[in-house]
Amino acid sequence: MATSRISRTLLYALLALLALLYLMPVYVMVVTSLKGLGEITLDRMWALPSHPDFSGYREAFGKLAPNLANSLLLAIPATLLSALFGSMNGYVLSKWQFRGSNTLFALMLFGMFIPYQSILIPLIQFLQTIHLYNSIPGLILVHVVYGLPICTLIFRNFYAGIPDEVLEAAKIDGTGFFGIYRHVILPLSISGFVVVAIWEFTSVWNEFLFAVTLTTSSQQPIMVALQNLSGSQVVQWNVQMAGALLAALPTLIVYMFLGKYFVRGLLAGSIKG
Amino acid sequence: MNSIPARGTAAAAEAGLVRARKSRVAERFLPLLMVLPSLAAIAIFVYGFIAWTGYVSLSDWNTLVKNLSFAGLQNYAFLFQDFRFQADLRNTIFFTVLFIAATMAIGIFLAMMVDQKIRAESFFRNVFIFPMALSFVVTGVVWQWMLNPSTGVNLILKAIGIANVPQWYTSTDIVPKLPLGQIDFGLPVALIAVVIATVWQQSGFAMAMYLAGLRGISEDLREAARVDGAGEAQIFFKVILPQLKPVTVSLVIILAHISLKIFDLVYAMTGPGSAFVTDVPGVYMFETTFRGNHYGQGAAIAIIMLLLVSLLIIPYLYKSLRKEE
Repeated sequence: MATSRISRTLLYALLALLALLYLMPVYVMVVTSLKGLGEITLDRMWALPSHPDFSGYREAFGKLAPNLANSLLLAIPATLLSALFGSMNGYVLSKWQFRGSNTLFALMLFGMFIPYQSILIPLIQFLQTIHLYNSIPGLILVHVVYGLPICTLIFRNFYAGIPDEVLEAAKIDGTGFFGIYRHVILPLSISGFVVVAIWEFTSVWNEFLFAVTLTTSSQQPIMVALQNLSGSQVVQWNVQMAGALLAALPTLIVYMFLGKYFVRGLLAGSIKG
Repeated sequence: MNSIPARGTAAAAEAGLVRARKSRVAERFLPLLMVLPSLAAIAIFVYGFIAWTGYVSLSDWNTLVKNLSFAGLQNYAFLFQDFRFQADLRNTIFFTVLFIAATMAIGIFLAMMVDQKIRAESFFRNVFIFPMALSFVVTGVVWQWMLNPSTGVNLILKAIGIANVPQWYTSTDIVPKLPLGQIDFGLPVALIAVVIATVWQQSGFAMAMYLAGLRGISEDLREAARVDGAGEAQIFFKVILPQLKPVTVSLVIILAHISLKIFDLVYAMTGPGSAFVTDVPGVYMFETTFRGNHYGQGAAIAIIMLLLVSLLIIPYLYKSLRKEE
């Protein structure tokens, strides 16, 4: 009994230490972002600010606000469209399999693993041709298309859990292909939509490669602006940290409230779910 | 399937049959119709564009002016004797091995600890997973400061009495520094800083995967081993680890493919580094294509990245989907 109490104490001590280690960067972000110009010296990184100073946030928000808006205008429609297409594809590929549908599904899934560098050059030319280069709608299109595999995968696995008998019953009642989707499948899909929406929103919000190559200046999403901010020699350190926190906030808030669904999306990416 | 009414005239029954047959024919095409837009998009945006990139990689297009005249394997030949690309391949090898080993070891360790029926389990789980919700760019920006040699982690190391603090990503050392081709082969010490940041972000994913795996192992199995007199260490290596093998295989493949594709984190945190000690193919592709206008070479790098990823992913997809059937 005594040894098990000691080992329990050790376990909690170790867990607490690890939790501190994982939270270290967050601590640095928060305290630095709340420091005034006079207090951001290299040797006092870990020190608390003498008083909270919001000038870093004011400056970061002033610089990043347009890009935060761009990212919202990008991530919300991209998420909704991806989820809708993912749901339709998942419905067909789980409940209405046809000859070759599994092969097509595999070919589609491959698209979520490719390095996007391998489609980037034609993608830019294509977007220029259809006049969507350097525009938010162009980025939405790109994210919806390359989001199809993961959204389809999540919904397909989700719908596989709905018993076929439910569909059979609807068929006997004379409900057709679309009717079943609309009246049977969609009402059962709410948690599937939550998982996919959180996953897509987080991915699109955090994405950098498409953002940096397909947009310039006024159209840039937040992550490109943050990268420019941190790469700039003249921007103070407290502003960079405030900017990083502002950029991370939307996905962190989503994670805090709906973390369970985020983890489900995370695990779904490994195919088996 | 029976949509014909039991009662009613023969004519009505007949009409019903015809309708049912018609709708059955339609039903066969409706599913295909519903997935067609997505399939077409994937065909063009994934396969069409890959083919196009492949074509560009064989072309002479290495200036701002588009020039698609055929140049054979010239771009590939250039890359394989190029100092920067050789450095990238070396860095990718060391980065991949260190990143996978550390992420998996930490992931399974965290999972085992969280699985001990602890109090505040969800708090600890959340703390270890939340970095996954952050952008690679945010991670890069923060860790650039954490591992800046004149501040951050080094202040703590100094405070606990370590005088010779690491130079982190500013180090130019390569261990063991064996001359090979144009480069020195070995582990660029600066890469360790990038590995730390990446592991911080991805270990929660490994933990979540292992935790899901552990929850699937029945307590009876462990109990049986205990009854047979196995120690805890023996149970871990002989019972638990073998049961987790499918998770481990999936993880290795997913982490390896993340590592082969990595771009944003390195770009935001260190860039190519001096003498390309922290450069990776993703960064090289981006810079040579979009800063240097060497489209042919950029496309060749992209195709090499794609081939490396495919070597892992195609067998994995094949196996996973096979198993399902």
